[in-house]
Amino acid sequence: MFETAININAATFGGSMVGRGPKWDRFDADGPKRNPATTNVKTERAVTSVDPDQTSKSMSDLLVRVGNQDQDAFRAVFDYFAPRLKAFLMGQGTSPQMAEEVVQETMVKIWRKADQYEPARAAASTWIFTIARNMRIDHLRKSNRPEPDMNDPAFVPDPEPLATETISQAQDSAQLYAAMAELSEDQRAVLKLAYFEEKAHPEIAEALGIPLGTVKSRIRLALKNIRSRIGDSE
Amino acid sequence: MTISHHPGEDLLLDYVAGSLAETWSLAVAAHLALCPICRRTVSELEAVGGELMSAVAPVPVEEDLYKSIVAATNAVHEDSVSSRPVTDSSGPNPILPEPLRSYLGGDVDSLEWRRLGLGAHQLPIPTGDEQTTARLLRIPAGRPVPTHSHGGLELTLVLSGAFSDVTGTYSRGDLQEADENIDHQPHAALGEDCICLAVTDAPLRFKSLTARMVQPLIGI
Repeated sequence: MFETAININAATFGGSMVGRGPKWDRFDADGPKRNPATTNVKTERAVTSVDPDQTSKSMSDLLVRVGNQDQDAFRAVFDYFAPRLKAFLMGQGTSPQMAEEVVQETMVKIWRKADQYEPARAAASTWIFTIARNMRIDHLRKSNRPEPDMNDPAFVPDPEPLATETISQAQDSAQLYAAMAELSEDQRAVLKLAYFEEKAHPEIAEALGIPLGTVKSRIRLALKNIRSRIGDSE
Repeated sequence: MTISHHPGEDLLLDYVAGSLAETWSLAVAAHLALCPICRRTVSELEAVGGELMSAVAPVPVEEDLYKSIVAATNAVHEDSVSSRPVTDSSGPNPILPEPLRSYLGGDVDSLEWRRLGLGAHQLPIPTGDEQTTARLLRIPAGRPVPTHSHGGLELTLVLSGAFSDVTGTYSRGDLQEADENIDHQPHAALGEDCICLAVTDAPLRFKSLTARMVQPLIGI
């Protein structure tokens, strides 16, 4: 199980985030270091440094078990993801109460849809991210999120090679994690704002006090760096 | 079919992050239905989102949350059946991909087009988003779309036929992003009518006096 894979890396502890929102322990290595005395596997901070490779694999396996209505696996998925989902939603400006409601709706959806989860196509975190995003839009905006339907006769299916090349697959999660950890502070800051605070690009520019063109080029560069690092390691 | 004009990565990122309003998302989703390349980019961006979500420092949840969730999973639920309206009146090869077809309640042949002048037709698409407008446009083969510029962003997704302007030629699946700096004069290609989805965040400004005078009447 994933609890046994805990691997404390003191250098990655601590760190502060640009602006409001949750702390970024795993990726922000340049913030104030935590006192080693408080570093303890029982603290929640420690859980964030679970070996990403192991965690990704275990979470993927757990989700498959949830698809078979395994309640122990569901509890384990809840224990790992619910506090992260809550933090992620609060980072997007959602109140703690509202965040818990969205977490609840997301977890219920995970229970009901886990039999459709395909580990070969997406990491557990990717799949859960998309469900949480949709539940959040449902819940907060009361609006639809238009999506293509792969069963639609007008849908143009993937050519075969594409299906195996994506970086979204579970086995690539550790590479993705490593690539993201290597981003520059500037590049990470724009990505966080884009994903976390649900800010459109002009608002990101305002928040960071930089021109819109710079926001766009930083995002482009961040994604390019992620892609090239993943490409390099294959 | 080769798609050569794709949405910018920043538009896809906003779609992935959930920060893109419904009407813009409709254009992006309809493009994605036709474009495996952009679907791959979307998968990548979702993986980045999942990784960012996993990396956050957790915030403890209320003690009874798990219990409430288990209770909710045991409750009878009605939303497991898709609430999407059935649009099976369309043939085996519909022109309009989902989710667009559901928004309009059928494929192009079943629609009640409204005259736009110069032989062109349009059909407004109802969405829950009041800041922007989405409409289907049908421009007769070989004819120009009235010259216009826009106050903001315009996304145009070609669904049938093709059009050309100073920036290139667009055919099925191609998506054009135009902003207020582009003063373009699209022409539908010869051969067949051009049907496209147009999303704007401000009313189009037509240049000819006649077009400007009828503009308030036809709601474009």
